Amino acid sequence: MAETSIFDQILDYSHRPDPYSLYAELRKTPVLRWKDGGYVVSTYREIVALLHDPRISSIRPEDVGGGPPSAEEGLPGLPPAFIRRDPPDHDRLRRLAMRHFGPPHSPGRVEGMRDEVTEIVTDLIDAFEGGNQVDIVDEFAYPLPVTVICRLLGVPREDEPRFRGWAAAFVETLDPRAGEAAERRRTAAHAELGAYLNELADARLRQPSDDLLSGLVTGDGADGRMSREDLLSTAALLLVAGHETTVNLIANGMLTLLRHPDVLDRLRREPDLIDPLIEELLRYEPPVHMSPLRTALADIEIAGTTIPKGAHITLILAAADRDPDRFPDPDRFDPDREDKEHLGFGGGIHYCFGAPLARLETRFALSELVRRLENPRLVTDPPPYRQNPALRGPRHLLIEFDGVVRSPA
Amino acid sequence: MRVVVDLTRCQGYGQCVFAAPEVFTMHGQEALLYDPDPSDEQRERVLRAKAACPVQAIYVDRLAAHVGGGRSQAYPGAGDGDGFKRSGRVVIVGASLAGLRAAMVLRREGFAGSLTLIGDETHEPYDRPPLSKQVLVGQVPLENTLLPRLADLDAEWLLGQRATGLDVTGKRVHLADGRQIGFDRLLIATGVRARPWPNEAEAALDGVCVLRTIEDATRLRQRLATGAGRVLVIGAGFAGSEVASVCRELDRPVTVAERGPSPLAGALGKVIGAIAGEMQREHGVDLRCGTTVTALEGDAEGRLRAARLSDGSTLEVETAVVALGAVRNVDWLEGAGLAAGVWGVGCDAGCRVFDINGLVTDDIFAAGDIARFPHPVYEYQFLALEHWGNAVAQAEIAAHNMVSDQTRRWAHLSLPVFWSSQFGVNIKSVGVPTFADEVMITQGSVAERRFVAVYGYRGRVTAAVTFDQAMWLEFYQRLIERAAPFPPDFDMVGRPAVMEPVPAEVPQRIGVAQGATVVVTGHDPGERRATLVRPQ
Repeated sequence: MAETSIFDQILDYSHRPDPYSLYAELRKTPVLRWKDGGYVVSTYREIVALLHDPRISSIRPEDVGGGPPSAEEGLPGLPPAFIRRDPPDHDRLRRLAMRHFGPPHSPGRVEGMRDEVTEIVTDLIDAFEGGNQVDIVDEFAYPLPVTVICRLLGVPREDEPRFRGWAAAFVETLDPRAGEAAERRRTAAHAELGAYLNELADARLRQPSDDLLSGLVTGDGADGRMSREDLLSTAALLLVAGHETTVNLIANGMLTLLRHPDVLDRLRREPDLIDPLIEELLRYEPPVHMSPLRTALADIEIAGTTIPKGAHITLILAAADRDPDRFPDPDRFDPDREDKEHLGFGGGIHYCFGAPLARLETRFALSELVRRLENPRLVTDPPPYRQNPALRGPRHLLIEFDGVVRSPA
Repeated sequence: MRVVVDLTRCQGYGQCVFAAPEVFTMHGQEALLYDPDPSDEQRERVLRAKAACPVQAIYVDRLAAHVGGGRSQAYPGAGDGDGFKRSGRVVIVGASLAGLRAAMVLRREGFAGSLTLIGDETHEPYDRPPLSKQVLVGQVPLENTLLPRLADLDAEWLLGQRATGLDVTGKRVHLADGRQIGFDRLLIATGVRARPWPNEAEAALDGVCVLRTIEDATRLRQRLATGAGRVLVIGAGFAGSEVASVCRELDRPVTVAERGPSPLAGALGKVIGAIAGEMQREHGVDLRCGTTVTALEGDAEGRLRAARLSDGSTLEVETAVVALGAVRNVDWLEGAGLAAGVWGVGCDAGCRVFDINGLVTDDIFAAGDIARFPHPVYEYQFLALEHWGNAVAQAEIAAHNMVSDQTRRWAHLSLPVFWSSQFGVNIKSVGVPTFADEVMITQGSVAERRFVAVYGYRGRVTAAVTFDQAMWLEFYQRLIERAAPFPPDFDMVGRPAVMEPVPAEVPQRIGVAQGATVVVTGHDPGERRATLVRPQ
């Protein structure tokens, strides 16, 4: 069918470097019926409406019917994390996690990590000294958020090789092309990661520290405490989401700056430009292009189409942020843009939990790269991309530079 | 630096709190309080908060705009057939939120003539909502509530000047000092004042307070900061309830006397009001509904000492807050020949004021708390809305229409939205909750004080109220605009086990006409239209 092909093209790996021209085509049908009866929504107003529509469930389709997924391969199954739950469970679990991360109970937590993040950024860039080529992804954009999320959660950084594989299995299922095999891999990885985190949680229960895991195992508030199963799911979500997305934001950011040398020069001269620039980046080259699959709980009439009850819905956030009906001249990267109401972190109750941390990391990451790298330039453009069309970003980002400005000791 | 957050838009994402925790704080799960005038060393963080706001509701050194920034250029420009835009004279009476906003929009739309703002308060325009919240509790100093004022507004400010009369034929505003200010077009934005305690002698007692102006807030703040005794709040509308909340936060004992069956009953009906009443009692408020204050008693020095209540009790109090609603500032319009009265100044949806015969005038406009306009969604009843968001939106439309010819005028069709922050809960409302015969909880839990209540009238959705559930509000706004059937019968996330509409028990309304149903389309003032559907 001709009308299904456009979304298939978008998912096809060959279009990973530039899905945007295809998004323009996709937006001509704001609500597109895809194969298997799923619906793909790509225009700004419709997506905002659906993000705030209580007739849409975020429970993973295979989990509908209640109860945690069945145990597989002899490993205990864990309940879905709050990103895959609906109110009231979602709200309660998210509040319990937020208690140790942000307002109202811990408003200064993220801002308090400023020095730590700066230090990690500085160390990573220091290591570039002596060379004149670097892979921004492997040597910077990946290790930074991993180190930060490990410290925040209280996960030993040296275990990264263990959870890297589990994390990969997680994000694989965010690809709309993922099949049952990927789903089985995710379930298995979830259980293994759960078992790993379970040991850490036991250790924190015996000897609490000031990390988030300790907060979750010992915390008590108006909402009570998380069950151990929910705690493990939550920690797994934060660990995975904490680095699989920020890596893209940083790498996309550096790529975008190198493609817009005028903006890069301006940022060097006007360091305060970084905050509006990051918001524009989240609109222009967001790390998450598509929301995880959602499900209609009722017939939903939108943009002249009825999405029937039970249908699966994919929201193409990145297409909405290039919608010319919402943003004038949407394909222009313009950090001076007045209107920054982008969907880079989603919207509604599932708005990205870690957004403030991602902003903080990206701010120091890009500011320091721009300040310290002399004459940085892309080696290949476009760079090779990761497979995933939903969490889209470069697999490698090779850049050359003439030197590294020493950080003040 | 001056900060304004459009709390009508705020959904409680809290991103500003992460970015600038010393300026923005979350009171409970989603009631945002902020310092409107933070020190310059916070500038970097405030700008970061502004950039990060997911609904772009934070304004730094400028006023909130109702029209989305990206779309404002898309509106057709105002016509300029008569040269009025180049050299006309606009006078705005009322120099608070609506007046200031209108002045700014006039300039934005290219009005280059003379602009005069007349206000009876001596201060620069300030923001009132913080006065009953972060200011009263002492979190933010009073002087920090000044609204951003554009240096390039190029207006003449006549502050501390009371308008005393209007000569419609001669096109002149009379001032208390005898001066007369001529105009080509006039905007009436004189708003409301606090309704005083009806017994003048008792009202004059030291310790009997109202809360409307910055002076009122100064006095009340002083009494709350220094004293220790019980506070009496007379009237449990939004202002009275917020004052009671602040008293409890300051650990002051407080009695609330409310004539009606529950707090907020006048705005939200008895059913939802009763929940607000439970919240008050949970926080230690001595709430007495169905009770009035029969007398306030002073000592020889004229200080308040006691209050007699209709339940037969006498309270020893040194502070009583009279929160009996507002009186519209229409006195100066007496004899002017306009449709002005205790309910406000009547105008059409384009903010043009009616004369006493119901004829629409061309050169006199009204906006803000004082304006009454017919709303198609509510059977063309004349609504006067004392909401912050309405003042901003209506002033924008009035100003646009003042400089636009007939074919380019906008209609004020936005649904009323308001918020209140009390007892750690953020209450928001869209639509007109009193325009209802039934109400139903559709999401969340009343016991947890996190829920959505939907109001229906004759089978269609007319309003929704959220307690700490603001992210869902715009969904319900669309249901109202589309005249969606009530009760909603679809499945939803967070749906309570029992969904049963109950009588809303709202205050009696005037007249029920057999009406057709109207829906509202379009996103912004320039494209919004009312369309008739399902004629009955």
